[in-house]
Amino acid sequence: MRQFTTSLALPAVAAGIATLAGAAIAVGIITSPTTAAEPGAAGPAPVVAEQAMPGMSMPAGGSPTAASGQDAPVATNAVAIQNFAFSPAIVTVKAGTTITWTNRDQDSHTVTAMPGGPFHSPTLNTGQPYQYTFTTPGRFDYLCTIHPFMTATVVVTP
Amino acid sequence: MTTLESAHGPEGGPVGMSRRQLLRHTAWFGAAVVLTVTSGEVISHLGTPPAAAAAVAQDPHALRFVQISDSHLGFHGPANTDVTGSFSRAINQVNTLGFRPDFVMHTGDLTHLSTPAQFDQVRQMLGGLRTGQVFTVPGEHDSVDDHGQKYRAAFGSGTRGDGWYSFDIKGVHFIALVNTLALEKLGHLGTDQLEFVRKDVAGLSSDTPIVVFSHIPLFAMYPTWGWGTDDATQALSYLRRFSSVTCLNGHVHQLFTKTDGNVTFYSATTTAYPLPHPGQGPGPIPLTLPAGQLGPALGIRDVSYQPGQHALAIRDRRLA
Repeated sequence: MRQFTTSLALPAVAAGIATLAGAAIAVGIITSPTTAAEPGAAGPAPVVAEQAMPGMSMPAGGSPTAASGQDAPVATNAVAIQNFAFSPAIVTVKAGTTITWTNRDQDSHTVTAMPGGPFHSPTLNTGQPYQYTFTTPGRFDYLCTIHPFMTATVVVTP
Repeated sequence: MTTLESAHGPEGGPVGMSRRQLLRHTAWFGAAVVLTVTSGEVISHLGTPPAAAAAVAQDPHALRFVQISDSHLGFHGPANTDVTGSFSRAINQVNTLGFRPDFVMHTGDLTHLSTPAQFDQVRQMLGGLRTGQVFTVPGEHDSVDDHGQKYRAAFGSGTRGDGWYSFDIKGVHFIALVNTLALEKLGHLGTDQLEFVRKDVAGLSSDTPIVVFSHIPLFAMYPTWGWGTDDATQALSYLRRFSSVTCLNGHVHQLFTKTDGNVTFYSATTTAYPLPHPGQGPGPIPLTLPAGQLGPALGIRDVSYQPGQHALAIRDRRLA
């Protein structure tokens, strides 16, 4: 019996997409994500890895803000919200610094600390700024609640 | 094994895998979901021949419901400059299906920014559906700044916890889950809701067909973009003993099907604007398609179930 899992460690997704006759409806089909964990269960393992890779390695030509989390920290007190990403994705400031986020997108965004965190902006429309003063050293992860895939970090040093 | 009937379309999708790649892919993996493609529709069924799916339409005892999703009322952008108009067309399409569905389920992102005006508008528009009942689950866009309070004020009547519930119609047990309130990248159900699921199905016979609705997928469709639910495994473990479990979700704005043991997952498309296929581009950013191509990317889904059958028949229709 295969066991379903949503484990992030597994290359769980293999996407098949096609445009179908006359319908122009794209459909993806995937089967058990545990294929990767059960070599030989269905198809050769390398195939699984190849299919799963698009999720694991962003295209080199992608937006520089695409791989948030992997960006080098930048010492700045200004963060742009642009192309559905916080840029820079990781900023470093000294305690007492006020950071200003500005929404440069057409769509609305928020600047919201992960649960337990201290800041929570209102919905920011195009051009609107949001400011927060960091008084305590530490690492503050945040996201946009409207688009939770947009994640970023503020590191506050003493 | 997957069968694509009448799949003689163009070799490459607009942004997708080519048909040859798809066939190669499905040959590698195999799949229990059978897709039947006819003009403008994709019909998915598990071991039920297309003729049986058609017979449902003639059966007064059959269950028939509609899923619509991701309407994003209040969205303004080039990807769809008239989401209200698109939603109106979807509602009209439901009302002209040729049968009156037992219910219509909207699987979330009813609004774009959770404003009172947007909730009011979507409530009024849903009121125009000709159906027995309208159900909803919230998307993350419906709980932008208040942990879903305005959503529950508009749609939470009769629900439990943060808005979850279950119901039975014509022998099928439906569970509507809320996985968008955690302020995390991935969807999350939480211990209270998991306990609700466990108790909810405890007394059911294992041959009861189960349908689970959620906004964010309950399978790991693409965790890099938050397209998964971190504690779904626990919820699904309570459903392992059932012979037929169908999970219907929105959030990803595209059709997607996966089967795993007794559980089959179907991601629905949107009535508002398409999103990229997993991993294509820097993120799930609204796609602006060339003129004339938006309509075919949008759609509605109807689902039927005939008592005595093993599985449900799913039919996805492009927006009329």
